[in-house]
Amino acid sequence: MIVVDHVTKRFEGRLVLDDVSLTFARGKVTAIVGASGCGKSTLLRCINGLERHDSGRILVGELEVTQAPTTLHRVRREVGMVFQQYGLFSHMSALANVMEAPRSVLQLPHAEARARAEALLEKVGMSHRQAAFPRELSGGEQQRVAIARALAMQPSALLLDEPTAALDPERRVEVVKVLAALAKEGTTMVIVTHEPAVVGVADVAITLQRGRMVR
Amino acid sequence: MLALLVAFLAIGCGPRASQGKALDRLRAAGVLRWGADIQGGEPYVYDDPSQPGHLIGFEVELAAALARELGLRAELVQNDWANLVPSLERGTFDIVLNGLEVTASRTGRVLYTHPYYVFAERLMVRREDTELRADLGSLRGRRVGTLANSLAFEMLRGTAEPVVYDGVEEPYADLLSGRTDAVLLDDIIATRYGATKPGLKVLGDLRDGYYAIAVRPTEPDVKEAIDLALGHIAASGELKRILEASHIDNERQARLVTWSAADQAAMLGQPLPPPTFNRGHVVLFLKGAGITLFLSVFAMVIALPLGMLLSILRMYGGPVTRRLAGAYVEVYRGTPVLLQLYLLYYGLAPVLKLGAITAAIIGLGMNYAAYEAEVYRAGMQAVPKAQLEAALALGMPLPLALRRVILPQAVRHAIPNVTNDFIALLKDSSLVSVITVVELTKQMTITAVDVRSWIGPGLTCAALYFAMSYPLGILARRLEKKLEGERDESEAAPEAAPS
Repeated sequence: MIVVDHVTKRFEGRLVLDDVSLTFARGKVTAIVGASGCGKSTLLRCINGLERHDSGRILVGELEVTQAPTTLHRVRREVGMVFQQYGLFSHMSALANVMEAPRSVLQLPHAEARARAEALLEKVGMSHRQAAFPRELSGGEQQRVAIARALAMQPSALLLDEPTAALDPERRVEVVKVLAALAKEGTTMVIVTHEPAVVGVADVAITLQRGRMVR
Repeated sequence: MLALLVAFLAIGCGPRASQGKALDRLRAAGVLRWGADIQGGEPYVYDDPSQPGHLIGFEVELAAALARELGLRAELVQNDWANLVPSLERGTFDIVLNGLEVTASRTGRVLYTHPYYVFAERLMVRREDTELRADLGSLRGRRVGTLANSLAFEMLRGTAEPVVYDGVEEPYADLLSGRTDAVLLDDIIATRYGATKPGLKVLGDLRDGYYAIAVRPTEPDVKEAIDLALGHIAASGELKRILEASHIDNERQARLVTWSAADQAAMLGQPLPPPTFNRGHVVLFLKGAGITLFLSVFAMVIALPLGMLLSILRMYGGPVTRRLAGAYVEVYRGTPVLLQLYLLYYGLAPVLKLGAITAAIIGLGMNYAAYEAEVYRAGMQAVPKAQLEAALALGMPLPLALRRVILPQAVRHAIPNVTNDFIALLKDSSLVSVITVVELTKQMTITAVDVRSWIGPGLTCAALYFAMSYPLGILARRLEKKLEGERDESEAAPEAAPS
């Protein structure tokens, strides 16, 4: 469970999150919608500590999110994140991208990390391209690998920041399918999106307007 | 291209005055231009400390007296001391008057007038030294400081290991700090710059030598006129007064008053034909090239990791380390590497006695680290920000994210520029000759002065630099093309760019 409690965040004096309070329940999919610049992405980035919130509290399970390095690492292992721009490591194959964190962060043996990565690539329908480098993949394919990469850390929740915004309509479908399958399995997800099809996957939709919630 | 260069050099060879006309030319101009190096210092030619910009010294007095005798006005032309004779040959000035010793190898290339000073080659060692004696044999295999292309240098070559300097202060400073075993230089220099140091002592004089004025071989009339004028100046007691004023008169100078044709012949001895550029020189050049390559490789071995550390601190460090790393880069890029080498080698000597090669490698390495830091920084900035955020979001601590994600890509981006910098370093490494390292360029200048020609040594030297840098240049271009190709591919990939 993720609890956002009276959180406020300013960027150079501009109020981006204005006293936001929310609870994301385990096993539920929440869509956050709203106009560009309404603070949706900032909210996600505050939850996993990529941004520091100014006031209020954010709890991931029992953990309160702070900028202390040890806390940050524990929080980030609890919540995976998928970015609009994928952020795949250019110098690694799809398989190596998914294996990287289990190997270097969790220190899993090679065989175990590989088995986990192959299973996840299978799940997102990318087994056939596991040797390909990001530059050889389409945007939709890259995003599916990025989802597999986030899942490889076995997080208790997944944060997705406009996961389909950079894709062509026909490529969005493949990503939405993957999201729907994950929702069916009971994966906790918070998805920032503009995409009606993605909102359709969610159990709850929340609207943010100028940094405030307007359910 | 070679023929063109030779033709160009032949045209630029300076005045070819026909016999007997040179003196007329001087008289018509009304000026006697004399070549000297102010860096030689007191008491030869130097800046008047009480009146900066005004030159004084016993050679200034002598030049004025000579010019007066010839009905001319003396005009000093500043020239690097080791290259006074080549500059005379190409017509930069009319005579050389600057502690130019009469040596067998120079006797064949210039006309020497009668001498104006009799000096002694004086050997100095550290005060506590009890091993060395005042003869050349005891210097076998020892490091002995002296000036490049001097009589002492010629005496030492083949017996001791001469360590060459451009200035007169540095040889004694290095002797004192233990970098050399002895210094062999003219007594005037030894008295002024060596004997003033309490830690050093005079071991003895190895032989007498002469300072004489050098004239172009094609201008014997100028030599005759100067000999006559010198005779007057010596006979009238003016020369003695000039030397006394600089406190360098002694019993050896009495011979100058009665200098005869027989004395002149004895002084000149058998002129040695100038050596030609030969295979032995090429071997020395290859050795020089080896030192150049050695210095450059090891300097880069320092520059690459240090540069990477600096770039990481500059991009991801805290506010203080960020500023410190930035300051390092700006200071090293904003000051001449020559100055950095001087400070490292001579400036730090009292507290940190680095060997010349070590100082050269550290100096060049620390300088190039500043440039490599910028190259790496550009490489890191070329990695999309989303990749670092993705790595952090996966729970990687920053150092791990840098090591696994950012650096491998940044290094690939940096490789072409690093290769180009290495080529630049190969050439910049010639600057270390100021701290007594004889690398390829220094070997070239020493040889060129020896064999009276810049063409053979110059072209050989250029060919060696080219042979080292050209393959690297090709490599850099290939790597660049390869990287560009990859970038094109990634841009061409469907939907890779955000809408």
